[in-house]
Amino acid sequence: MITLSNVSKTYGQGHAAVEALKPLDLHVPEGTIYGVIGLSGAGKSTLIRCVNLLERPTSGSISVDGQELTTLSGDALNQARHRIGMIFQHFNLLASRTVFANVSLPLELMGVPRAEIRQRVAPLLELVGLSDKANQYPAQLSGGQKQRVAIARALASKPKVLLCDEATSALDPQTTGSILALLQEINRSLGLTILLITHEMEVVKRICHRVGLISAGSLVEEAEVGDFFTAPRTQLGREFITEFLKLEPPRALVERLDADPGDHSHPVVRLAFSGDAVSTPLISRLARDCQIDVSILQAKVESIQDRTLGLMIAELIGPSDKTREAIDYLETHDLHVEVLGHVQRDA
Amino acid sequence: MSSAMLDLILKATLDTLYMVGVSSLISALLGVPLGVMLYVTRPRQILAQPALNRVLGVVTNIGRSVPFIILMVAIIPFTRMIVGTSIGTNAAIVPLTIAAIPFVARLVEGALNEISPGLIEAAQSMGATPLQIITKVLLPEALGGIITGLTITVVTLVSYSAMAGAVGGGGLGDLGIRYGYNRFDPTVMLITVAILVVMVQGFQSLGDHLVRRTDHK
Repeated sequence: MITLSNVSKTYGQGHAAVEALKPLDLHVPEGTIYGVIGLSGAGKSTLIRCVNLLERPTSGSISVDGQELTTLSGDALNQARHRIGMIFQHFNLLASRTVFANVSLPLELMGVPRAEIRQRVAPLLELVGLSDKANQYPAQLSGGQKQRVAIARALASKPKVLLCDEATSALDPQTTGSILALLQEINRSLGLTILLITHEMEVVKRICHRVGLISAGSLVEEAEVGDFFTAPRTQLGREFITEFLKLEPPRALVERLDADPGDHSHPVVRLAFSGDAVSTPLISRLARDCQIDVSILQAKVESIQDRTLGLMIAELIGPSDKTREAIDYLETHDLHVEVLGHVQRDA
Repeated sequence: MSSAMLDLILKATLDTLYMVGVSSLISALLGVPLGVMLYVTRPRQILAQPALNRVLGVVTNIGRSVPFIILMVAIIPFTRMIVGTSIGTNAAIVPLTIAAIPFVARLVEGALNEISPGLIEAAQSMGATPLQIITKVLLPEALGGIITGLTITVVTLVSYSAMAGAVGGGGLGDLGIRYGYNRFDPTVMLITVAILVVMVQGFQSLGDHLVRRTDHK
């Protein structure tokens, strides 16, 4: 539905040139919710603005619903933009217009007759749950309500694609949840393809099907959301997951961690397991089969949409050949094992 | 006070209202579009024309920097060309309008500057043409600021019109100079000043009222 090929964006020229986006490819299949995550300044905003040509890419091509956009300008581009809705972090509602008139705006721009606008706006307000606020002004609404108006407005022209630019970043966690639920609902009921950018893992975890990780203008990792959470392939990906899941070894332990194994030290490992591994009694089997002791320091289970993800920090206590064997054992059972270090144990 | 004097005061008041009214109207009709042009032709704006923007900026600044009393005298040939005379209320309207146009334009540009760039971006994402952005986003969103600017302009024109009176423009300024100053009649002087004060108060209150009506923040 959305395909970016070799898209790059450079601001300025010569020595002052800043490469905001390095040439990248991105494909968002029809009906999916695709999340692009990255730190601020990574190029997320530039990326999403390139999709509807608010930023014209320096190179590459952009196709939305089978239509090549980069060759368009003027009226043809405006026509194409009617089929791409967009919502923003700061809502960008017109303070001078009522809720009803804000949602009407895209239809007015398209030259839809008044009577038809009236018929089309009412169901949109109903969809976002604001039928009773039609005649209020944005200043009278809460942040979440404003974003609902913005969503209704973005849907007014019946777009195939919705772009969300940090749509929940200005909202509190509870309101974020209700806006995400609404986005998920319109994705399911209208079959709308959604491309969103965010710096919040929560957003990706709750509603995205696929995720792309962007860093310094490059798409460094791309995966199904379940795979990304259970087995990120890049260091940055792991940092995002760790930060999000907040499963860090206790500080006192970190200070005692040694990168190299000593004569009387034991490995401390971080285990990530998903799917069948979650429900298998692996730890007790490990203790039995490898004849070691396992001291669990921290553990938690997260549900990532329909997948379950278990995380654990544990110390493997036993002779070094046994603990090595134990790590192999865990890896053959599809666990992601990361050795955080070794800790000296008083005999 | 004689009834002849009262008639004079009444006529002078109507003359002032006429000069201020006509010059305000024309300067708004020309100044608002100029202000919009100054804004939308800026670099990276919806109708970016950096060269044109610079030219408009310089012309506007020249208009703003010439003192009104000098402008009035300097454009006498132009005034004669337009209204056929350089004396009287109609002749005063020309320099008043010329002085007010760049004034209005800068105030309108300032009001547009207050609009969040995000609103323009949102309108562009909806496929709005530049003209649609101007008429459906910029002007409605800046309406309060524009009315504030026009109110300041009207009040400024009231005092400028009194200056125009000094060089034969008629109106309250003319009356105040001729009767209040030259004939040293403090009553007439006081009355003309009082009427000007009431006039300014009235315009300011009307402007404030209109701004409140448009404000939904």
